[in-house]
Amino acid sequence: MSDATSHATHVQHHFADAEQQRDSAKLGMWLFLLTEILLFGGLFVAYGIFRAWNPEMFFNAHKALDVNLGTVNTIVLITSSVTMALSIHAMQLNKRRITILFLLMTLVFAGVFLVIKYFEYSHKIELGQLPGKFYTFTGIPGSNPHIFFSIYFAMTGLHGLHVIFGMVAISWILRRTLKREFSAEYYTPIEMVGLYWHLVDMIWIFLFPLLYLIG
Amino acid sequence: MKEHSVHIIPAKIYIAVGLGLLILTAVTVAVSFVDLGPYNITIALFIASIKALLVAFFFMHLFWDNKIYFIIFAGSLLFLTIFLTLTMFDTETRGSIYEEKSAPIRSEAPIYQSK
Repeated sequence: MSDATSHATHVQHHFADAEQQRDSAKLGMWLFLLTEILLFGGLFVAYGIFRAWNPEMFFNAHKALDVNLGTVNTIVLITSSVTMALSIHAMQLNKRRITILFLLMTLVFAGVFLVIKYFEYSHKIELGQLPGKFYTFTGIPGSNPHIFFSIYFAMTGLHGLHVIFGMVAISWILRRTLKREFSAEYYTPIEMVGLYWHLVDMIWIFLFPLLYLIG
Repeated sequence: MKEHSVHIIPAKIYIAVGLGLLILTAVTVAVSFVDLGPYNITIALFIASIKALLVAFFFMHLFWDNKIYFIIFAGSLLFLTIFLTLTMFDTETRGSIYEEKSAPIRSEAPIYQSK
């Protein structure tokens, strides 16, 4: 009975069946996401320490960030998470063309996010609102405002790198989808990239209020 | 043959969760313009946590999947909490510990004795 599934072409010989292969991939992916959460965790702890030490300065410095751009980027990233989930949903129903469409939309939203980030960064570089010794701006009262920008650039920079890597990964599965390598029976790589992409969204969900919305 | 364990979740659930996330984003932005003192950060983090759980449970399928993935996810959050809490206990209370430790030295050491 099980022969029909266990010898499907996408199942590697060291797995008993397709389900075990899929579960293993998912377990590995979640362990990787755990390391990602802890990687960003270190930066969140740094944020906590410095904000507790300099509450006034954080409040003053956060006004240099543009809430509108941050909000638009949050909306863009949430929408891209929806399109990513829908692309997997379409593949589960064997609707390959819709999967391709939603993956392309996800890529476009990721690109929009980075373009907005680029404008924010270049504005700050122009004003000298930069980390550590590169900080030359004088318009923020309170001591050590450069610390806020060190944390801002470290956190959003690492997150931005994750967005770039996510775009590479989405392009990779888009290419494989175009080559008809996936179907309703086998779409694990799309699902794994989806998990990664949702985690990137989740991290931004915390970065946005912590950096842009200090009340 | 094993039962196929893949649930196909209706697309409208993804769209509903997406709309929920957008509404919560609007709420958190709106609340940030109201001065609530120390409650601003509490509310902001509370809303962000709800959003993160929506993403984890529905977009990342933890709600339907084998619980082992949820345990891994919760484990990372548990250790992050330990990391954050213990570090903050240290950095926030260091000053008073130094003061307490220096008290006997201050009362005994000749260098601190005023003439």
